[in-house]
Amino acid sequence: MTIEEIKITLTNKFSGSIIENEELSDKQIEVEGSKWLEIATFMRDDPNLSFDQLECITGVDTGEDATLQSRYNLHSMEYRHKVEVVINHDKKNPKVPSIEQVWRIGDWFERETYDMFGISYEGHRDLRRILCPDDWEGWPLRKDYEGQESYHGIVVPKIKEEDEWE
Amino acid sequence: MGVLENKFQDNVVVASLDKLLGWARSTSPWYFQFGLACCAIEMMASAASRHDLERIGMMPRSSPRQADVMIVAGTVTMKMALRVKKLYEQMADPKYVISMGSCATSGGPYWQHGYHVLKGVDLVVPVDVYVPGCPPRPEALIEGLIKLQEKIQTERPLTRDLV
Repeated sequence: MTIEEIKITLTNKFSGSIIENEELSDKQIEVEGSKWLEIATFMRDDPNLSFDQLECITGVDTGEDATLQSRYNLHSMEYRHKVEVVINHDKKNPKVPSIEQVWRIGDWFERETYDMFGISYEGHRDLRRILCPDDWEGWPLRKDYEGQESYHGIVVPKIKEEDEWE
Repeated sequence: MGVLENKFQDNVVVASLDKLLGWARSTSPWYFQFGLACCAIEMMASAASRHDLERIGMMPRSSPRQADVMIVAGTVTMKMALRVKKLYEQMADPKYVISMGSCATSGGPYWQHGYHVLKGVDLVVPVDVYVPGCPPRPEALIEGLIKLQEKIQTERPLTRDLV
């Protein structure tokens, strides 16, 4: 199936939840965050789409007063087609339904994205940090992240920022 | 030797006990076998047949309680720093630390922007020998170990310090 056909199939089923966004590339589809769990289940179970593999979940911080994004790379073993699903979040309260029980690998992917960006995956059964220590402060891959000054009494030396290369 | 000359049989060694202790400790410093990053690969290569650390008396131990030397081989993250400290405290005296590679020594390439990297393992444990390199070749590590052996040999654990 081409990306256009996938888009048409999804739009027929979930009209209004598939968002037209001209900034995206022709491999990407933007969907409404609140409907994501139903859309994901449909994309996995529909015999014509059959997205049986979740390859990756990525978080994106698009810059200052912009939003956070979750991006899901889906692949179909049966038809060998791929698509990237993009969901925009409100930066103040980023949350999206968890697809951990649709694709089981999503468990650790969502924990990683939660660890780095603080995106809350609602319905995840064990949403803890996966790489950073449990008592770490802040979300390291956000643009406005500031490192900790000390961690358990270990002082982190302040390193002077060099001037930007001309 | 003076009055002691020719007074002992073949199997008796006469030496300063301090020197004997230094010799005994320096010729078999068993190291704690744990690696944190790519430096650990070089540490493994040093222990393997081509460079063979056992010819200078170094033998890997899997438990900190049996080890004399801790080779911090690799990037020490903040999460690991607490555990490195705990492992160091579990080792029995006398104990020594080698900081292997630029990451363990100063944070290395993570010096400026690595929010999660400890900027030098000497912030949590006392270091005896620093081995530079990224990662150091086995020859460099072996030189560091020989330097450590020389250091152990000069110690006088039984002699009281003159104040």
